[in-house]
Amino acid sequence: MRRVLYLLPFLLFVGVGVAFYLGFERDPRDIPSVLIDKPVPSFSLPPLPGRTDGLSSTGLTGDVTLVNVFASWCIPCKAEHPVITRLAREQGVTVRAINHKDKAEDALAWLTRNGDPYASIGADLDGRVSIDWGVYGVPESFLIDRQGRIRFKHVGPLTPQVVEEQILPLVKRLRQG
Amino acid sequence: MRRIARACALSLGLGLGGLGLTLTPLALTSLVLPVGPAWAVQPDEVLPDPALEARAREISKDLRCLVCQNQSIDDSNAPLARDLRVLVRDRLKAGDSDAGVLAYVTDRYGDYVLLRPPFKATTLVLWVAPFAILLIGGLATALFLRRRRSATAEADTAPLTEDERRRLDALLRKDDL
Repeated sequence: MRRVLYLLPFLLFVGVGVAFYLGFERDPRDIPSVLIDKPVPSFSLPPLPGRTDGLSSTGLTGDVTLVNVFASWCIPCKAEHPVITRLAREQGVTVRAINHKDKAEDALAWLTRNGDPYASIGADLDGRVSIDWGVYGVPESFLIDRQGRIRFKHVGPLTPQVVEEQILPLVKRLRQG
Repeated sequence: MRRIARACALSLGLGLGGLGLTLTPLALTSLVLPVGPAWAVQPDEVLPDPALEARAREISKDLRCLVCQNQSIDDSNAPLARDLRVLVRDRLKAGDSDAGVLAYVTDRYGDYVLLRPPFKATTLVLWVAPFAILLIGGLATALFLRRRRSATAEADTAPLTEDERRRLDALLRKDDL
């Protein structure tokens, strides 16, 4: 009994050490979203000037959709753009976008330069709708199921690895369900 | 290096967090950098009603900026912090209570945005651990001291003999001279 008591501080130390070590593996920027499994926030965003389709909560039901939050001033957005383009054009996932706190002309020029894989884009000039989505750093991507619920969120640029390992399997499952 | 710094910050935070001493890092920074406060709140954000503005400031101090993470939105110059400050003021103007405004933000960003974590089942360990550890330490100390006292009391030494008493008296008297 005594011996166990003497070991207690050491065991506590080991426990705290393990907890801290595991903490190293976590990305402090990755804050779990409270919106997972909840319906998308009710919103309606106008299209970019000269375009017909904006983005609203009612337009996000029916098909599994990836909603990508991007801006022309955001460098990682450019990095993830080929991944998103491939997802939309080759892997057959509907991708829609929220253009976050951008200037309309900059956004249009950016899309002309880098290509436009988005089925529709809503212009969120003041960022208020992005706040409703709990966005805190562009780019962010949300996967919406057919009932219009948010099922997955990724903060930061999408990588081929995230697409292969997380998004595509989930899209497949959500399409069946 | 960053990992070590993060571990230090984490252990410091764990040690002090529960006791609500989260202001310590701020105090340390102000020792190192003797500069005046840099106001993040821009003049155009300030509400004309001073009472409402005072409430907005107090609420803002409790909300974490998700970009810089260890600053409140009242301190941070990040664009998201500004957007949230404006949002807080808009909600107050719309007639929300202080708790209502905080609930509006936590509905979107989760409890993580609160710099003072709420007291509930999932944060029980965070709040109770410091007091529990203090209690355990206090009990252990009390137990230890009591055992030591009883140990000295039990160690009965034989009373002095006549001879010893005389020698002791002689020694003490010599001391007086």
